Formats: sequence, C-alpha cells, structure tokens
Amino acid sequence: MSSPNTFRTGPNESGHFDLFGGRFVAETLMPLILDLEQAWEDAKDDPGFQAELDHFLAHYAGRPSPLYFAERLTQELGGAKIYFKRDELNHTGSHKINNCLGQILLARRMGKKRIIAETGAGQHGVAVATVCARFDLDCTIYMGATDIERQQPNVFRMKMLGAEVEPVTSGSATLKDAMNEALRDWVASVETTYYLIGTAAGPHPYPAMVRDFQSVIGREVREQLDAAEGRLPDTLVACIGGGSNAIGLFHPFLDDAGVEMFAVEAAGEGIDTGKHAASISAGKPGVLHGNRTYLLQDDDGQITEAHSISAGLDYPGIGPEHAWLHDQGRVNYVSATDAEALTAFKMCSRLEGILPALEPAHALAHVIRHAPGLARDHLLVMNMCGRGDKDVFSVARYLGEDL
Amino acid sequence: MSGAQGDRIAQRFAELEAAGRAGLVVFVTAGDPEPETASELLARLPEAGADIIEIGMPFSDPMADGPAIQASSLRALKAGQNMIKTLAAVRRFREKDGETPIVLMGYYNPIYIYGNDRFLADAKAAGADGLIIVDLPPEEDQELCLPARDAGLHFIRLATPTTDAKRLKKVLTNTSGFIYYVSITGITGTRAPDADAVSARIADLRAATDLPLAVGFGIRTPDQAAAIARVADAAVVGSAVVERIREGLDAEGRPGAGLVADTLELVRDLADAVRAARQPETA
Repeated sequence: MSSPNTFRTGPNESGHFDLFGGRFVAETLMPLILDLEQAWEDAKDDPGFQAELDHFLAHYAGRPSPLYFAERLTQELGGAKIYFKRDELNHTGSHKINNCLGQILLARRMGKKRIIAETGAGQHGVAVATVCARFDLDCTIYMGATDIERQQPNVFRMKMLGAEVEPVTSGSATLKDAMNEALRDWVASVETTYYLIGTAAGPHPYPAMVRDFQSVIGREVREQLDAAEGRLPDTLVACIGGGSNAIGLFHPFLDDAGVEMFAVEAAGEGIDTGKHAASISAGKPGVLHGNRTYLLQDDDGQITEAHSISAGLDYPGIGPEHAWLHDQGRVNYVSATDAEALTAFKMCSRLEGILPALEPAHALAHVIRHAPGLARDHLLVMNMCGRGDKDVFSVARYLGEDL
Repeated sequence: MSGAQGDRIAQRFAELEAAGRAGLVVFVTAGDPEPETASELLARLPEAGADIIEIGMPFSDPMADGPAIQASSLRALKAGQNMIKTLAAVRRFREKDGETPIVLMGYYNPIYIYGNDRFLADAKAAGADGLIIVDLPPEEDQELCLPARDAGLHFIRLATPTTDAKRLKKVLTNTSGFIYYVSITGITGTRAPDADAVSARIADLRAATDLPLAVGFGIRTPDQAAAIARVADAAVVGSAVVERIREGLDAEGRPGAGLVADTLELVRDLADAVRAARQPETA
C-alpha cells in the first residue's frame, strides 16, 4: 500500500478509513446517524459552538491540563526526558470530559432530552452523568455487571450525579455487552434519545467526532512542549482500549514524520494465554458495533471476551482510525500485561506522587521499557489520561490486601 | 433474479395471493437448542403451517435482538453451532422440501469471516433464497447486497417506523424478494405493534413498491398475527417461537420430549389464525 500524503484527512464521505470504519447499523438507527452527521458538520462550522465548548473546557473541565516534566521518573529510568500530559487533572478525573462536553452541546443543539451511554471503567459514565447533571438531561448509563463489581466508587459517583446505572448481565458483562445494551435502548428510543459514545469507535460519524473533541489534548501538547522545549516531541505514548485518548494525543502530530507514536494495548495475563484485550496484536478485521476494525474473535466470527485488569481497556475492538493507522504503519501498536501495569502503577505513585489509573499505567509500562534506551535529550510525552483513585480497590485486591 | 421461474419467494407470494390469504413467516435460530432437535423442528415447520422460514445465523452480539432471541442464539452457539453447520442444515432441509422459501437472517460479521463470496456460493448451493442482514444498511450495499443479487440471492431489507419517504427510496433500491416492515421502534420481541399505525405505514409502503410486505418484530399471539395478516402479505413470528423452544428445555437445558411438538403446536395456532384472518372478506 502506498503511503498517503497526509494521515489527517480521513475518514472519507461514507465514514471509511480505507477498509475500516463505516456505518454498520440497523436501519432504525440510520436516519438518526445521518442527522447526527449533519448536526456535527453544522456545529463544526459554527464559531458560536466552538466558543461555547471552549468556555466549558476552560471553566468547567479546567483546560488546558498541564504538561508536567516527570523528573524523578526520568532520573530513575535514565533515558528519555519524560513528560506527562496531565489529563487526569480534568474535572471528573480523566480525558473523557473533553468528548462529553462536546457531544452534550451537540445533543442540546439537536433537541434531545435523554442521554444514554456505555461505560467500562466508569470514567466515561461519570463524565456523561456529570454533563447531564450540569445541563439538566435525563441520563441512563449501561455498565457490565462485572465492571460494576470492580468499579464501585464510580458507580456511586454516577448515582450521586443523578444517573440511572443499568447493570448488564448478558455476554461477559463488560464493556462490549454494555455497548450492545445501549444500542438496544437506542433502537427503541431513537426519537428522543442521544447516544453519547465514549470512545473513538462505533458508526460514522462517532470515530471522527470523538477524535476531533479529544484532539484538544494533542493541540495543547504541541503548544506546551514548544513553550517548554522549543520543539516537537520525539515520542508519544498512550494506552488504548477503544482509543480516544490515544487518537486525541496523536492526531495533531500524525503528519509530523519525526514524531514516533506508541499505542499500548492491554495484554491481560499475556497475549499467548488468550486472556487479553489486544485487538490489534491478536485480532483480525471484522464488523461490530457499527464499524469494521480489528476484533478479538474466533474462526466463526463470534466475538470473544476481552480480559484486562483495567476495565477501561477491556474491549475486544479498537477505533477504526487506529486500525487504519496500524495498517499504514504510522503508529506502533504494542501491549503491556496486567503485571507490568501494576508495576508501573506502583512506581509512578512512589516516584511522582501520582496514582495513575490502570489504563495509563499500561502506557507507563511501555515508557518504562522504552525510555531507558533513549538519549537524554529525547522528548517523550505520555498521556496520563486518568487518575487512579477509582482503581485502589482493584489494585488492593490484586495485591492481596484488604481495604 | 430470473423472475418468478425458480424463485421460491416470488412463487410462494403468488400462491398466497391466489389463495387470498397472508403468509406466516416463522423464525428459528439454526442449531437451537442443539443441532438434532433444531433439524427435526425445521423439517416439520412447513407441515405446521410455516409459509416461509427465516433461519437465524447465531451471533455472539445480536444488537438488534431482545432477550428471547439473544438467549436462543447463545443456546445454539453453546451447542457448537457455526456457519458451516447452519448451511448444512439448510441443505438437509432442501433435500426434502424444494418449495418452502428459506431466508437466512443475522449479522454481518460471521458472514464476513466465513468469506463473502464463499458464503454466497455456499448459501445458494444449499438452497437458501434470500438474506436479511440487520447491520448492513443501503450505505454499505457494495459489501454484500450487490454481490448477493449477482449470486441469485434476494437481499431483503428492513423498513422501520423511522424510515421516512426520502429514506424509503434508498431502502427500496437494490432490495428484492419482499420488504420486511419492522412494526415497532425497538428490538425483537419486546412490545406489541399498534395495528392501526402499522396499517397506515403499510399503505405508504404499498404506494412506493410492488414487492410483497411482511411485518414482524413483536408479534407473539395468534390474534396479533391475524391482525397483521389482514393488512400485510405476511406476518413474521420469531421471539414467541424461540421462547416456546426454551420452555421445552429441562432444568439442565436439554430438550424435553415435548419440545418439538409443543413448538409446532404454536406454529399451527399462528398459521390457523393467519389463514382465517381474511375469511369474512373472501368467503
């Protein structure tokens, strides 16, 4: 395949990134998907919409988030100069609020009164419940029963914010099943309801729209690193489940050939054990949840269960733009195991005084592997996309401690 | 398509029209609850009154289906069903029955993984007549719809309460066999259709197409089937049938002795109601 002149113009009009993406949904949803695409096109061109979004990002979410030089971690690893993009400092504790503010303003423009969403770790659910409270909209969050069990603090937060949390027991009772159930709700309530998808996946226009809302991360990094170092980064690292924080960091840099990028999938107990969530490393192209992308599946096209200590990465697919960037060779897709993520979690807590969420702990695990071999003037930026408070119970359980 | 000649679906609707009645379309999931019982049930559906059979190709993540068909799909997968076995079941049925149309219904991924060209060739050779693929809207016609028509299989499309006049034109493009009107905004088997609302939409659809109209998603009882049979060319029943299958399982999930007979009895009741629905007018 020949390399395109730019990596930043996709998807095409029908929502495809070459083989990937598309609109593989039931006919009931198609009219709304087309309305949404139109509403998003109109909003993008409306300076009033962008101004309103910028206002809420600054005064409600707390953007820009800092770009922080992780000095002690850098010393410890003895290689690249490591920066954290501190998206865990956003209101609600992760990058998810960036997308939720954008989509909630869009839902209001479309006159929708009810919001539904799926959540894995609960970070997206909390962000959705937050914006629904702020804008006085009904909110129902679908969450796998397994995830409800391991993310109790977030479940309680959503309830305090006024959301209904619907436990999903079908399938593996995790993120993919929550997404199935949200789609079933949507098919039955499409006239009144807006589906606020939390990751850069699903039918077109969601992958592109979520990417655009999250690209504020990469745009800020570009300015902040220029102010700090006077140049572009050499390496970007982000964890990847569906891939919204990763695409948000990467997208503004895709056409800067000198910037290498790593997206870190969850290898669970190890890729060769079959208990992982590494769709690119161990999956193949297929169609699920409205798009074609890399999926964990068996030889009959049945979707298999993903496994990860991190509920936010526990999904058998990946956003279609990532699938395309993988095939193009522009972004390196690597993985980290549960054990490596825990080691990173502990190291970051002790050295930097930052408890990372288990999701970015996977990115950090790759930084720990990769940074020591790099020169001291090599600039590496890792997206600290969520804070670890929500994970303390899971980590304690894994370490065999009672809280 | 080569016209009505050799086209079981066109042939069947022509017969129904000549008989002055609507048809009954029965949905079962391939391999539910296990291959042997499923095969016996499938073979006997026509004698119980099924005019057309929809065979669900089980999928792990049936997003447009309610709890009954989700459970049915999972039972089949758990019992080892896969695409090869589903197509083999169609072939076995066809050895004994050359007339009852078979429509394969499901989601795209298992077909995509089987291989689109291989699937179309094998489905046609097995004796399938049409496809209903829930997650392939007209926007993705080049994937499977156009190749299916080239391979001699009808690509039957769903029209829904959210399909407005402009959208309907798009939905009708490239579709053939019949139109499947989804009588509710929602997933399968969850709420009962409003017969008046359905009738109004049927009129709109008739104005836009000459294709036969089947109506489904929520028809559970003989009375509901009869109400639909008065206005549509066929009524589709799925969730109620697979729920009857579930009721025939013992505590360990094994098929009980009466499972096939009980399920066929439901089909017979539905068929009787559909056949009698228009009698006052046609007597």
